Order: sequence, then C-alpha cells, then structure tokens
Amino acid sequence: MTHQIHVLPDKCIGCGLCVAPCPYGAIAMTERPGHPKKFKLAVIDLNTCTYCGACVDACKKFSAIRMIKDEPARLDANPSLYRGIWVFAEQRHGEISPVVYELLNEAGRLAKKLDVPLSAVLIGDGIEAKAYDLIQSGADKVYVFEDPVFAEFQDDPYSDVMSRLIEQEKPEIILMGATNIGRSFASRVAARIHTGLTADCTGLEIDLATRNLLQTRPAFGGNIMATILTPRHRPQMATVRHKVFKPSPPDPSRKGEIIKKTVDVTQIRNRTRFIEFIRDTTARVNLANADVICAGGRGLAKPEGFRLIEELADCLGGAVGASRAAVDMGWIPYSHQVGQTGRTVSPRIYFACGISGQIQHLVGMGSSDIIVAINTDPAAPMMKIATYALEGDVYEVVPWIIKKVKKAKEQTV
Amino acid sequence: MHFIVCIKQVPNTIDVDIDARTGTLKREGVESIINPFDEFAIEEGVRLKERTGGKTTVITMGPPQAESALREALARGIDRGILITDRAFAGADTWATAYTLARAVQTVGAYDLIICGKQASDGDTAQVGPGVAEMLDIPHAAYVKNIDDIGNGSIRVERMMEDGHDLIEMPLPALITVVKEINVPRPPSLRGTLAARKAVIEKWDAARINAAAGNTGLTGSPTQVIRIFNPPPRRGGEMLTGSVEEMAEGLVDRLKKVKIS
Repeated sequence: MTHQIHVLPDKCIGCGLCVAPCPYGAIAMTERPGHPKKFKLAVIDLNTCTYCGACVDACKKFSAIRMIKDEPARLDANPSLYRGIWVFAEQRHGEISPVVYELLNEAGRLAKKLDVPLSAVLIGDGIEAKAYDLIQSGADKVYVFEDPVFAEFQDDPYSDVMSRLIEQEKPEIILMGATNIGRSFASRVAARIHTGLTADCTGLEIDLATRNLLQTRPAFGGNIMATILTPRHRPQMATVRHKVFKPSPPDPSRKGEIIKKTVDVTQIRNRTRFIEFIRDTTARVNLANADVICAGGRGLAKPEGFRLIEELADCLGGAVGASRAAVDMGWIPYSHQVGQTGRTVSPRIYFACGISGQIQHLVGMGSSDIIVAINTDPAAPMMKIATYALEGDVYEVVPWIIKKVKKAKEQTV
Repeated sequence: MHFIVCIKQVPNTIDVDIDARTGTLKREGVESIINPFDEFAIEEGVRLKERTGGKTTVITMGPPQAESALREALARGIDRGILITDRAFAGADTWATAYTLARAVQTVGAYDLIICGKQASDGDTAQVGPGVAEMLDIPHAAYVKNIDDIGNGSIRVERMMEDGHDLIEMPLPALITVVKEINVPRPPSLRGTLAARKAVIEKWDAARINAAAGNTGLTGSPTQVIRIFNPPPRRGGEMLTGSVEEMAEGLVDRLKKVKIS
C-alpha cells in the first residue's frame, strides 16, 4: 500500500496555514526567489509524513495539497468470521476493577448497534461468582478461566489463554481497561495475534457500513485528538481509561451464559514468578479512582504546605496530587505527581493550589469535570481555564474553604 | 552482561505553545528531545553496567535526525549507538515499530535485558515495549520502579500498580519498561559529550535488519489514523470575587449544587 502526497506549486500561495496543523512537523515553507510574486512554497518531508490529511484539510481554500491514499484491496482477516464484542474483566485481588463496568456499559451500546452478543472474559482463581456481576452489568456471556496460576496477573499465562480464546471464538472487538495491567496485557496480545491496538480511547463509535470501530484518543500529551481505525485486521482492540465512560446500574433480572473453560496448566507457559504484592499505605486515596483531588504546586513555597492540602483532601474525602515542581523539590513523593510524566487523572473536582498550569501538568488533569484554581497570579494558565478561579494566597484561601466545607457538612447531617 | 536501551526522539511539548487563533500546536522551531521516560531507561542502563560490568547499546527507530538522540545517550555513558532508519519505516504504528525494533535487537545479537521507557510523549500508548518483548518471545514487566536484583540468569523487579507494587522475578533475557521513580538521570559528563561527538553511530536499514517490507512503516501498520482534530478548548469559568471568606463561601455554594460537599 503506497500513499502519495504532494504540494501543487501552481496552487500554493505560500500562506503557511498548513504548517501548524501538521502534528508531526513535516511541513516547512521554503523560499521561491524565481516566483513572480515571491510566494513561498510548502514542502512536505516524506520521511515524517504519516498521511493523516490534516494539511489537506487546512488547505481547503486553495486545494494546493493533494493526497492519494491507496485503499486496501481486502481485509487480511475474513471479516465475516469475526463477530461479537468482548470486555476483559480485569480483576485484582479477587475484585473486578471498576473500569470493567464502565466498559460493559459502552460495549453494550456498541453491541446493540452491531447486533452482536457482548461477552466478558474473566481470568483468575476462585473468581467464578463474579461472573454474575458481569452479567447483571450487561454481559450476555462470560468466559471463565480459573486456576491458581491466574490468581495474580502475569503476562504469560493470561496472554496464552486470551490468544487461544480469540483464535477459537473470533470476536470483532475487544475492549480492556487502560490500567497498568490492561495496557501491558493488551499490548502483548495484540503483538502476538498481529492486530491493531489503540490505547486510551476517549471515544468509540461504529461505522455500520464497514463494521469498523472508530477509536478516538488524545495524542501529543492531549494537545490533539486522533481518530483511528483497524481496517484490515481483527479483532480490533482498544484500551479505555477509568471514568471515560459511566457504568450502568446493575440489573439483577438480567440472564446470561457462564462458560467455564477447562485449563490445562501444562499447556500454559509461565516464565515469571509472582513473589508478593506490597500495598501502598502512604496514599490516602488512590489518585486513579479519586472523585476529588487536591493538588499543590510551587506556589505553596514550602513542603509544609502539603499538610494544608492534606487537610483539604481529608475533609472532602479526596486524594492528594502534586505538580512536577513540588515533587522535584522533594516536598512530596513521585506517586502523587500529576502530569505528563506523572499520573493522568480525571476526577470530578481538581483543586489546583499554587499551580501555575504549565502544559505538561494540564495534560495530566485537563479532563477533570470541575477545576478550582487558587493562585496569587490571576493570569496563570490554570486560572484562565479553571471552572472557578480564586485569586489569593493558598494559606489564606484554603483554610476558609475547609471551614466552609465543614460547616456545610454539619448542616446536612 | 549486555543491556540494550530502546529510545525515541520526540517533539519537545514542554516548549510547545497552542496558537490561540487556530487552536493548534505551534510547531515552528520546536526542538526534538529524547522522550522523557527514555531518559530514565538510559540512566538505568548505565547504572546496570556500573553495577554488573558489561556493555550497553542504545537503539532508536527514526529519521536521520534521530542520530542526535543517540549521541545524547552516548554522552550519558552508553557504549554503542545504532540508528534504525529507512524510508520504509515511516508512518509505523506500535505494531510495526515493535516489529522493527525486535528485528533490530535480533540483529544486534545476544543480550540480557532490554530497557524501554514506559511510553513516548507523542503517541502516549505504552504499547511498543511489551510488543517488542512478545515479538522476541521474552518475558517482560511494565511500569518497573526498581530493579531489586539482577544476575544468575534472572531479574527481580518492583512493578508499579495503582494500589502499590508487585514483586516479580523473571528469567533473562527479559524486557522492562521503566517509570520515573526508578532513578534520577545524571547529566552528561564533559568527557562523555566529547566522546559522543566523535563516536560512530551505525545506521541500519530494512535490509540490514532483515525486516519484511509488509511488516514495517505505514504498510505494516494494522492501525491507521484517519482524522486529526483539535480537542474542544477548555474555556475558562468564573473568577470568584470578594474577601477571602466570601470567595470560599461562594465556592462551597457552587460545589454543593453539584453535590460534592
């Protein structure tokens, strides 16, 4: 498959509007001294171009960029053989991860559109009872694999059973939570069965004509969005983060089929040894699941500032976050860092205390429902995008917020 | 022991501004850097070399300019740098990239551990590391925050989870992807920088690494980007006014309406 793209020199007026939309920086403007109007010319670096078409869109006015995409002749996989949507029912320490219920809800919607069954794949030990929860939350079928070797997640045994099941049952779509387990596991399976995997999808849709899954996700730290297809391979795999979709309330009257798969341990490879799990006791509330996050940044001016942040978090039942600046200064451990090289979070409320809002922090929390910014600088980027901005000193404002929250709680009790 | 570090050169999003008029990234003059997570991979490779003796190789799949990223890695103490570059590799998704890197590693020869950064700051997928491990048919652990022990044909690592960490032991050869907690990267030494400047960076193309044409670049990519667009910009909200107490009261009132406190 060879795509072609080139700039039409006669049509290019050198306006440069195509340069910025290119997410890969593949377009540069060059001088054309011989040109009667001295127009510059856009030049596309074919080593870098990915034929995404952003520049073609940008040049709608002059149509100076022409791209010809070679259409694939046929699917590599026979599409009619692949039917059904699966959700990987990730479990940890015997509990189903919350993201699974969110995925069942969304997958249910997609399954209706495609008119296919929705199945869950449950792998663990002593886990079969959880299959009923999955059925109540939308699964028509649950494949259950039980054996001590599956008690804790390990890539080898999980990849073995998942790959074999995919080969046998041929789903057209598989969704997994974009958790530490899910992202690692999905990558390994997709590589093994040679199919497309799209990470951290924030939107999913079906193109009924082709039965393709339209997968939308952020890239470049969230600065742009991309819509991605897996046109010629099956199953189409995607991971989705916690709290992107909402779970539906469980329906106890729902019926479904539980398929208990026999496990021949001799046929399962397991090269890694799981020694033990050490729980993080320092974090009050898990950042990833928190509905409320209170974060501190350079504006706190001293490490003791985090005592105040913790107090605010405690009265709201929230987790404590931090900007990179605060972590780099040793005020709080890295596990609390939110941002490009830290955690990505999407709580209902994010309190940004003394955080200016550099882009690499914003990409880690920009999808929070409500942002409350407290800063002495009203022009700080965080103040500009905040839902509620409070100009003031963190050490004056936050104690008052804590007082008011406590009073509000007393009134409702 | 032989440690291979895989890195990627990415645009420096820290310097990047959003053009207020078009809402897109201002890309002019944006420099390329080593992917932030790969800095930790490079540092870990150098530390392992110091800890166990042995050698380190850094590889990257990229356009010709990616050579500068390799030189930076050499300046930090890596012994050998190889640029995997070919027009055929352009436009690769994570599957095709993992395939290409796996072929390159197989061409390099015997190794004990491959070290990758958790994810790249442009694609943000975290898929290539585990994909390379699968294609090389070696075990892997992602999100490694510490290497407890290495030697005698195995490695013991702490794999970061949302609620703590797992202690995992794997036989070598294996692959790990690392997170920021694992170390603090050292700056390049003067001697290292001078040596890096003089070093010969090998360049390997598709033929050299025996990569099948149908498995590399855009052609070899199961996923295709069909559309790129700007996310709806986050509009500002309300600037609360009044005394500190009044602002706090106003805030809590508004939050009560969304049933938080």
